[in-house]
Amino acid sequence: MNDKAKEYWKKHLTLLAILLTIWFIVSFGFGILFVDQLNAFRLGGFKLGFWFAQQGSQYVFVILIFVYVYKMNKLDKEFEFDEE
Amino acid sequence: MSIQVWTFIIVGITFALYIGIAVWARVGSTSDFYVAGGRVHPLANGLATAADWMSAASFISMAGLIAFLGYDGSVYLMGWTGGYVLLALLLAPYLRKFGKFTVPDFVGDRYYSSTARVVAILCAVFISFTYVAGQMRGVGIVFSRFLDVGINQGVIIGMIIVFFYAVLGGMKGITYTQVAQYCVLIFAYLVPVIFVSILMTGNPIPQIGFGGTLADEPSVYLLDRLDGLMTDLGFTPYTDGTKLPIDVFFITAALMVGTAGLPHVIIRFFTVPKVKDARISAGYALIFIVLLYSTAPAVAAFVKTNLINDIDKVEYSEAPQWFHNWEATGLLQYEDSNDDGLIQYHSDPSINELSIDPDIMVLASPEIADLPNWVVGLVAAGGLAAALSTAAGLLLVLATAIAHDLLKRTFIPTMREKTELIAARVTVFFTVLIAGYFGINPPGFVAQTVAFAFGLAASSFFPVILMGIFFKRMNKEGAIAGMVAGITLTASYIIYFTFINPELNNAEHWWFGISPEGIGTLGMILNFIVALTVMKFTKEPPQDIQDMVEDIRIPRRLMDSDKEENPKED
Repeated sequence: MNDKAKEYWKKHLTLLAILLTIWFIVSFGFGILFVDQLNAFRLGGFKLGFWFAQQGSQYVFVILIFVYVYKMNKLDKEFEFDEE
Repeated sequence: MSIQVWTFIIVGITFALYIGIAVWARVGSTSDFYVAGGRVHPLANGLATAADWMSAASFISMAGLIAFLGYDGSVYLMGWTGGYVLLALLLAPYLRKFGKFTVPDFVGDRYYSSTARVVAILCAVFISFTYVAGQMRGVGIVFSRFLDVGINQGVIIGMIIVFFYAVLGGMKGITYTQVAQYCVLIFAYLVPVIFVSILMTGNPIPQIGFGGTLADEPSVYLLDRLDGLMTDLGFTPYTDGTKLPIDVFFITAALMVGTAGLPHVIIRFFTVPKVKDARISAGYALIFIVLLYSTAPAVAAFVKTNLINDIDKVEYSEAPQWFHNWEATGLLQYEDSNDDGLIQYHSDPSINELSIDPDIMVLASPEIADLPNWVVGLVAAGGLAAALSTAAGLLLVLATAIAHDLLKRTFIPTMREKTELIAARVTVFFTVLIAGYFGINPPGFVAQTVAFAFGLAASSFFPVILMGIFFKRMNKEGAIAGMVAGITLTASYIIYFTFINPELNNAEHWWFGISPEGIGTLGMILNFIVALTVMKFTKEPPQDIQDMVEDIRIPRRLMDSDKEENPKED
């Protein structure tokens, strides 16, 4: 692998690590592991932990994919690895 | 007009539409047949993926399951959506760059091994068959309740429709039919719940409505009321769970990872023109999926509240009409064990007189909320769209696995394209027949085998593909050992608790409190550990494989050699 490709892959992996950490926190963290603690707070009629488990995590998932697409398209262009 | 007339009209129109699309999209090449020529627009692919993914289980069963499980039902919501993040970030773009037709293609080529390919084929076939039988069953249920034709005739009608457009149009026909089916199913899902949300909470957006207050009691939140009703009947409050947190964790993870590893989902990302398209198309797919999945918990909360209000401690003779309609199907049963003429619903089995199949909750919700008859017909058409679209996608995976992976790549590499296309169509024909047989005579273990399918995808495909992309050093010895270890653990655990010793199937006997539904996660972890260990002691993969791995990590084609025209055989 040449240096440019290495650099590209490293940046790519960093981005993946950040996004997957958020993915883990909103679902497994807020929705499962800390659900009881979060349930002490309320969002209208929702207990907060319950809301993350049944609603919030899904919305964050969608946002994560679109952030990934946006960032990767930029990264591809920057390294001239985008498709013609 | 009656429910039945409306259902005939609406289902008839949608079926005519699907057949029309099939005739328009008929194909003549294997590339068209397997991956629609790789020319599907990412938005269309997103719609098709959503329809492909959302099965009879998502449309018909999921909200009902959540209604009965409350918070614990969240495993399905997070599990079946979170997997798309993994798919979009970790699998889809690289597999698109790899640029062949199927998952066994990738596994076989990346691990330069026919053994790996054959293991992958077996997994793909098993997973897809398990699933497709469930879809045919869903078709049968809808037909029997709404069109009065009997489950068996219903299954046969469904088979003919699927057969028609899958054989004629292959992936191209299926893709565009699925786009139409998504529109039908999402419309059918949203219309009744918007009505119900307005009636119950005054808010037309169900996602907000079910966190709001009751329309007739503006000082009480709907979920608080529901928690109260449940507690009064002796159940755990709706918004609390009864499963152990570790089990919720493992089931969610197994469903997420399993989703990302399901061959009929992955194959959809081979149909778009570019790597960039594969990424964005996963995003579109998830939006379309979340539209239904964020609505489902609202449906669950509404229908559960209505159900308790409508029938608990009501005179049987005064029970609403829908109660008797569904009693006739046998999916709802009432036995007046204390002879007082009242219907009692309670957590204590000695007091409870009512048993409800969760599968009826979505289909019955328009009737429970007293919506007009055409809405009921629409929901029936939506349920059929969900079942047929998924069935078609699965049949195609089976056809590619057998005609392409097994016949062409493993046994007869010299087979001509025309012959392969005929083989693919013949395979679809036979798989439809077998799937239909299982739809009519469902094996008693359909529910367990679905858990099996996810566990298998999680413990075999996902790790093997992931390591194939992210660990260049991963070799065939490691991959095969990992797959075998992962599958063996997962399969033995599920078989032990569901077939050999079902009476021990409870938290007391499970390892660390993990149920068979969640064991796929442990299988996946074992797969990783075994693969990485074996890899350390065996020789690294050949240089051309390592070059291929570097190549699929970058969207642009750098080595513009002739490899597209001369696919390597192993």
